[in-house]
Amino acid sequence: MDFWLLSPELSICGIALLVILLDLVIEQKKLLAAISVAGLIIPIAFTIALWGETETSFSGMLVVDDFSLFFKFLIYGIAALVILSSVDYISKFARFQGEYYALVLLSAGGLALMATTGELISIYISLELASISLYALVAFLKDSKSSEAGLKYMILGAISSAVLLLGMAFIFGMTGTTHLDEILTRVSELVAGGQLWDTPALLLGIVLMVAGFGFKIASVPFQMWVPDVYEGAPTPITAYLSVASKAAGFAVILRVFHAAFGDPLISGDWAMIFAVLGAISMTLGNVVAIAQTNIKRMLGYSSIAHAGYIMVGLAAISTLGKSGVLFFLAGYALANLGAFIAIIVVSSKIGSDQISDYSGMVRRSPVLALILAFCLISLIGIPPTVGFMAKFYIFNAAIQQDLLWLVIIAVLNSVISAYYYLRVVKVMYLGEPASEEAVPSSIPLRITLAITSLGVLVLGVYPWLVLKLAETAAAIAP
Amino acid sequence: MDIESIHPLTVILFLPAAGAVVIALLIKEAKAVRITAALFTFIAFALSVALFVAFDRDGGLQFVEGPARWIESLGAQYYLGVDGLGLSMVILTTFLGLVSVFVSWKINIRVREYYIWLLLLETGILGVFCSLDLLLFFLFWEVELIPMYMLISIWGTPPPLGRKEYSATKFVIYTLFGSAFMLAGILCLYFSTPEPHTFSMVAIASGGVEWLTPVIPLASIFFLIFIAFAIKLPVFPLHTWLPDAHTDAPTAVSVILAGVLLKMGAYGMVRLIAGFGDGGLVPGVAEDYATIIAAFAVVSVLYGAAATMRQTDLKKLIAYSSVSHMGFVLLGIFAFTQLSLTGATLQMFSHGLITGLLFAMVGLVYDKTHQRQIPVLGGLARQMPVIAVVFSIAGLAALGLPTTIGFAAEFTVFLGSFTSDAYYWVQAMVVLAVLGIVVGAGYILWMLERVFYREPKEKYDGVGDADNMEKAYIFAFVILIMLFGVYPRLLLDVISPVFSSWG
Repeated sequence: MDFWLLSPELSICGIALLVILLDLVIEQKKLLAAISVAGLIIPIAFTIALWGETETSFSGMLVVDDFSLFFKFLIYGIAALVILSSVDYISKFARFQGEYYALVLLSAGGLALMATTGELISIYISLELASISLYALVAFLKDSKSSEAGLKYMILGAISSAVLLLGMAFIFGMTGTTHLDEILTRVSELVAGGQLWDTPALLLGIVLMVAGFGFKIASVPFQMWVPDVYEGAPTPITAYLSVASKAAGFAVILRVFHAAFGDPLISGDWAMIFAVLGAISMTLGNVVAIAQTNIKRMLGYSSIAHAGYIMVGLAAISTLGKSGVLFFLAGYALANLGAFIAIIVVSSKIGSDQISDYSGMVRRSPVLALILAFCLISLIGIPPTVGFMAKFYIFNAAIQQDLLWLVIIAVLNSVISAYYYLRVVKVMYLGEPASEEAVPSSIPLRITLAITSLGVLVLGVYPWLVLKLAETAAAIAP
Repeated sequence: MDIESIHPLTVILFLPAAGAVVIALLIKEAKAVRITAALFTFIAFALSVALFVAFDRDGGLQFVEGPARWIESLGAQYYLGVDGLGLSMVILTTFLGLVSVFVSWKINIRVREYYIWLLLLETGILGVFCSLDLLLFFLFWEVELIPMYMLISIWGTPPPLGRKEYSATKFVIYTLFGSAFMLAGILCLYFSTPEPHTFSMVAIASGGVEWLTPVIPLASIFFLIFIAFAIKLPVFPLHTWLPDAHTDAPTAVSVILAGVLLKMGAYGMVRLIAGFGDGGLVPGVAEDYATIIAAFAVVSVLYGAAATMRQTDLKKLIAYSSVSHMGFVLLGIFAFTQLSLTGATLQMFSHGLITGLLFAMVGLVYDKTHQRQIPVLGGLARQMPVIAVVFSIAGLAALGLPTTIGFAAEFTVFLGSFTSDAYYWVQAMVVLAVLGIVVGAGYILWMLERVFYREPKEKYDGVGDADNMEKAYIFAFVILIMLFGVYPRLLLDVISPVFSSWG
């Protein structure tokens, strides 16, 4: 029992409870946001202090290594930015502000825990902790669209959880264990004995788990929920879903598939599944995004496409591919959060998410328009942005694994995506403004915009700052 | 003081970008913006002239900076340097960068933004010509896109005369399409190098074919990279973005676009097959496909010339003539002799000056008359004598009149290619391409006659001639065109050592 290893999650749950308690006594609700963000420093500090540890605890359920710590750092960082960007958005609500922050913190704890487990049941539990908080958050606006989004997310999420659990059950049935490392030994025995293809239940289990996790990362064909939920949810939560939930989903996939099914004789098979799903995801996401007129929906489809790009890194089974996924997730988080925060600022002024209403934004708020354009350019993958470096690195990994065909599909998809991202830029820079009124932004929003856009630029010019962490994290076996 | 001690290439490369940052942060007033832009581009130009003077005529890579670690695990490096080829392109870019500031002097909508994008564009282009690391090269290759997109789509020709947004998007999509393949090609090349893999163009070029263990056939790598350059150059049938982008871009951007942006494609091709005077980046492939590529070159020359002939829009006419002239470059490169490669490089430089000037002149004519349709113009020589004379000089240079750099360049290309034995039909190809010159003389002279030398039209009375600033920069062009035309050795001494190992 080593609680030190669990300190980041314990502290974040503590802070969440503290926020709920203080909500009863504090009138000035913005203080709660300050407490949440300040409180997040504690788990982040623990995470940094733990960096370099490689320990398992709680009979193998908890795995603290650089891989999980990288994701914790990423997810807590995202949570802090999301809370900061929610302050103005949430202050319009009459009630439940404290619960909002607490739910964000709890889901962050769940998502971080997903990256920290080496055992199927605890994966499932942490996934549910994260998901249930997110279901509530998606429906938080309580208008018809938000409620519909919340209901849709919950029903589909519950189904996918059931599918995942079924897959886990099959795997437990065939291997007699839920620990990833023991599953590996057992699967390797089956493979070595040539019995793998005589055990369809195991293969079915793997496929069902791909389906369960595919929902989390919004990959085709489990992407149906994305546009509606993204459009209906409160914008900060949309941002949160698109980056944190995806990051944790990929963390679990990397962990499970590399640890439990990493045997070279079968890894080629599931890698091919991811390669094909990735190719379809990015193509579908990008092609459908062209037709969108609502910017949140557009970014929803773009997030499906990005799941596809990241799956290129999954398909390239190597340390390079793993670190590519990690770095891509960090870069995507910065660029996508930046874009969403800019959208929060704009829509709180103009009250619309229609792309056409962004007309002439550069004359109303030049800096804001520039940041949004810059983040969108990063999503296309044009230098000097982190999006370019991330794509470059992940494609690099794929070429190393002889996946030239996948890389060609991916780069051509980037060309397609340029069309719809640039359309937003065009509207902002070329259109006539509906009014000359400036779009105001508060201090917390400015801070988050500065962090994300500077991050996009700095990592676009000198990616090594984060890349070396990603490589250290990915080097952890398995 | 030794010029190397100030890292001249880094300074030149980032001066325009620094100017952009200064303008963005500190300067509000339009006139101050213009002066700041002029100042930064002038220093960059002056420094590149200093490099030109200090350049050791014996050849080789000079002013090398780095390699410094950039992305360690990939072996990507910050690695700059120029040989005669790179240097001639750098000096062309800084010259056109400086001139374009003055060409744009009269732009008065969103002035700050305009100059910021223009300066960023210059940095992007310079980076392509200085980079010795493939990743760095690719990065700069793409950096240029967004400024170009903004410049065309915001300050371009609005409807009904032009389709600026359409043209800007078309330009970006075409270029991205090409660079998508180039990225795949570069990555394949990277993994073909022995462990630890390297992006260093110098190492790859000096390694040779035995050094590489190709992950896919070398010819595939070659064409993956080649297609990006072919789009940029452009080669028929990948040229259709060019007339649109050139026509709808604001004048200064057309100058840059025709002057140096197309040269990125040509430069890339020379590096791809000739490296730094050694084996090239993808050795041993180009020779096998020289016939077919040269055929495309000849088709570009002839098709470009024929298409030019029937243009009625002055700007579009110049734009199509670029397709034709870039065909000569392609022909020269794929003849693989020292003379033809030198000629191709000289033609790149020459086309940059001449077409840059032509676009500047079209801009002036349009400024004064608000008209680009050739049939509507006419007899302007009376109303704007200076413009008429300089336009004629530029036109004559474009058709390759001796004493202009146009003649020196085209003659060198033809001479170098004709004596080549790169492929069986080489002489026939050259003869066909020379026909392009004949058609070229036709369209240039016909255009000059229709625009300047018919009966003057009353409606253009009093439209005015070039003012002093305009005279200053167009005369600067003329001086350079004549100087290098009369004494091309100035450039040849720098360029030809690069290709000394070629027959």
